[in-house]
Amino acid sequence: MVQTKKDPVLAVLSLSGGNDGLNCVIPRNNGFYRDFRPTLGVPEDQIIPINDEIGFHPTMGPLKKFWDEGKLAIFVGIGYPTPSYSHFRSMDIWHTCEPEVIGTEGWLGRATKQLDPNSENVLTAVNFGRGLPRALVMDGVPVASVGNLETYGLLTGIEGENQRNDALDVFGRMYSPAIGTGAVMDYIHQTGTDALKGADILSTAPDNYTSSVEYSPTAIGQYMKNIAQTHLAGFGTRVLYTTSPYNGFDSHANQAQANAGLLTDVSNTVDTFMTDLREHDASDNVTLLLFSEFGRRVTDNGSGTDHGAAGVAFAVGEHVKGGVYGTYPSLAPADQEDGGNLKFNLDFRSVYSTILEDWFQLDAEPIVGGNFERAKFLA
Amino acid sequence: MAEQDIALMAHLLRRAGFGASRDEIEAKASQGYDSVVQELLNPESQEAVEEDLLIRYNPSYYEAAAIENNVQQWVWRMINSPRQLQEKVALFWHMIFCAGHSKIDSGQEMGLMVDIFRQDGMGKFDDLLLKLSTNPGMMYYLDNTESHKANLNENYGRELLELFSLGVGMDEAFNYSEDDVKVCARAFTGWNIAPPYPPFPHGRSPWEFRFDPADHDFSEKTFLGETGNWNGDDIIRIVCEQPATARFLARHLYNYFVADEPQIPAWRLTPPRDQKAIEAMEKAYYDSDHSIKKMLEVLFTSDFFKDDSVRYQKVKNPTEMVVSLIRMTGEFQGYQPGLFEVSQEPKYMGMDLMNPPTVEGWHTGREWIDSGTLVERINFASDMLGNTELEGVRSLVNRMMGLGAKLTPEQFVNGCLDLTGPVQVTPDTMGQLIAHASQEGDLSHGNASEQSEFTRRTGEMFQMIAATAEFQFE
Repeated sequence: MVQTKKDPVLAVLSLSGGNDGLNCVIPRNNGFYRDFRPTLGVPEDQIIPINDEIGFHPTMGPLKKFWDEGKLAIFVGIGYPTPSYSHFRSMDIWHTCEPEVIGTEGWLGRATKQLDPNSENVLTAVNFGRGLPRALVMDGVPVASVGNLETYGLLTGIEGENQRNDALDVFGRMYSPAIGTGAVMDYIHQTGTDALKGADILSTAPDNYTSSVEYSPTAIGQYMKNIAQTHLAGFGTRVLYTTSPYNGFDSHANQAQANAGLLTDVSNTVDTFMTDLREHDASDNVTLLLFSEFGRRVTDNGSGTDHGAAGVAFAVGEHVKGGVYGTYPSLAPADQEDGGNLKFNLDFRSVYSTILEDWFQLDAEPIVGGNFERAKFLA
Repeated sequence: MAEQDIALMAHLLRRAGFGASRDEIEAKASQGYDSVVQELLNPESQEAVEEDLLIRYNPSYYEAAAIENNVQQWVWRMINSPRQLQEKVALFWHMIFCAGHSKIDSGQEMGLMVDIFRQDGMGKFDDLLLKLSTNPGMMYYLDNTESHKANLNENYGRELLELFSLGVGMDEAFNYSEDDVKVCARAFTGWNIAPPYPPFPHGRSPWEFRFDPADHDFSEKTFLGETGNWNGDDIIRIVCEQPATARFLARHLYNYFVADEPQIPAWRLTPPRDQKAIEAMEKAYYDSDHSIKKMLEVLFTSDFFKDDSVRYQKVKNPTEMVVSLIRMTGEFQGYQPGLFEVSQEPKYMGMDLMNPPTVEGWHTGREWIDSGTLVERINFASDMLGNTELEGVRSLVNRMMGLGAKLTPEQFVNGCLDLTGPVQVTPDTMGQLIAHASQEGDLSHGNASEQSEFTRRTGEMFQMIAATAEFQFE
């Protein structure tokens, strides 16, 4: 169990598209790496060493700082049995913890339900981005999904502040409890009232925010800024979630350039985010998790890499015990999965279980659907 | 024209299609209800949508592999097709015969599956089930490709009975046994696809159905009490003769076209909302040798459909919400940039087209609405309807001006509700809207500044209406 000064908070950045673990945490002295990555292999002198075996992609210097501080957990060989090579299915598996059947409830939806069983706070979980990721879905759990925090709210199309405020007043009255209009109408009125309440509270976050740091203007940068703003506003939000958009990590072609840009953005943004929270003395109770639905094929295709299996993930935070968790999978052809992919040895549900048990102090088993040995990276 | 004729036509076009502009509603009301029903039921009597136009603007849509392109094409067809019921029926089957891109991993296969629903969705149910059972996407999605004579996978066999035809039970009894599931699965062994998936090492190529006799279980089987050497098509024939199938179809049609029923898993124990309506459609099913079109004809021409009590009794699904607003405001006629963005809107509201959450499909009715999706619904609806720059909204503002030189707040609110539906609201909502309108008094449009004020207030009132709880229904 981890002691934090305030209630523990989880922030998640999903690197959607399938982040190439081999290009991110590189087995730098491995001969197979040179053999299988003739085009995309990073020259050894450019790799930022982590230890004798592995190193970061050259763009990931800002993340290395947290490694040096002992605040970065690197999960290698992370995945699950019988890998799916479909983005959507594999992401669903990470979201629902259901590799065998198609699940409908998300692990963080379930966690939110336990953190706030009576839905007392409409902002216990907040997603940034349009549309709710399956990870946060659970019947009866209200989750605000925010496209842009600066403009978030109801009836945002009404121009003129007075007109909009008038309209929102009418809205509030129209959605006040209705009597005798039926169960469905009652439910919609309650939902409208919740939504208005959530939007009202959230809209105050940017106004009360000042910081000396500057986030990158990309979607990743701006969503992470929104996460920081919401956290700093003290709404009692426990789960903050966002996704790098457009399956950007899906690097079938032109990977060297595109992937370097994304890794630069992610590394800089994590650094900015942590600096921002530290500047506000608000980092103690935050753990940030970065993951992707799968890694990529061991052999490059001359320009990029195709969908693979085991990959890498990261956790950053003041209570994170720096280290490498899991074993770097063997690249030897005989050890690869069918189709030329890395085999997993660290189940992602072990990482989730650690977060649920050690961070949120919840019973992980019903949430992740089984007992998985914790990867003890939180202290 | 009588107000009730317009309200009835608007109801028909919301349910049998994706709504319409006010001009179109009035034109169809003049044409007459029964004649419009016949047009809807006979899509070949209407022009086909000009899909070539879309392809000309977007050549990459042709046989597109990307899921986004296939979703866009479908949404564009829903907006533009004169054969509205055909697209509405395609969505109906997509919501029952659920298979998703998350597993199939090919937008093109999803597009081909939906095309079956479009082309055969109103025909004989036996034929539709056969098309479905030989559709490679569905065979793969429900693991029939993994079901072998020597190593049975029951997934498709079970879902065919539970979710695609008989349903778990009716009138409290169960419709089939676990043995029936196994036999059904055995009958579909050897119904496979080529080339197999995953597509290593050469990437994807389109699938074809392939029957492999060597992998088919030719032994004798007893299914729902009938014994023979049944193959998959025999199973479909037997299934389609069952009263449970007629009931299943009638309840689904009622739930989708008439009024929200309880969620499907409750149907074994929960009687239909309108037993007589269900019986009328069951009879049509038998009388017509299993024609879906004939069931729909009974539905649309019956009093139970036309009755005032079923209007606004269905929570709009996200696709209906998005497409009906686009049609009402006259946008995306022909080709217009921004189609990708609007085609993603249903997903933001919880309905990722061509990618349902599971084989059980989306939960409908009030379950469309949560605090996240309600914000998306309200903002999209009010942004569309309140945008007085749009041609269709502009035309509604002009109609409002046509109501008189001077409008009281009551006349104004009633006019706006009429033109955006007609929407039926509770007295409470009506009171709030009128109170809001009264703050700025009567409306005139004699000179330019009054006109611009009139336009602003109308746009704002449209936004308020789009934000009501009532607007979530259709």
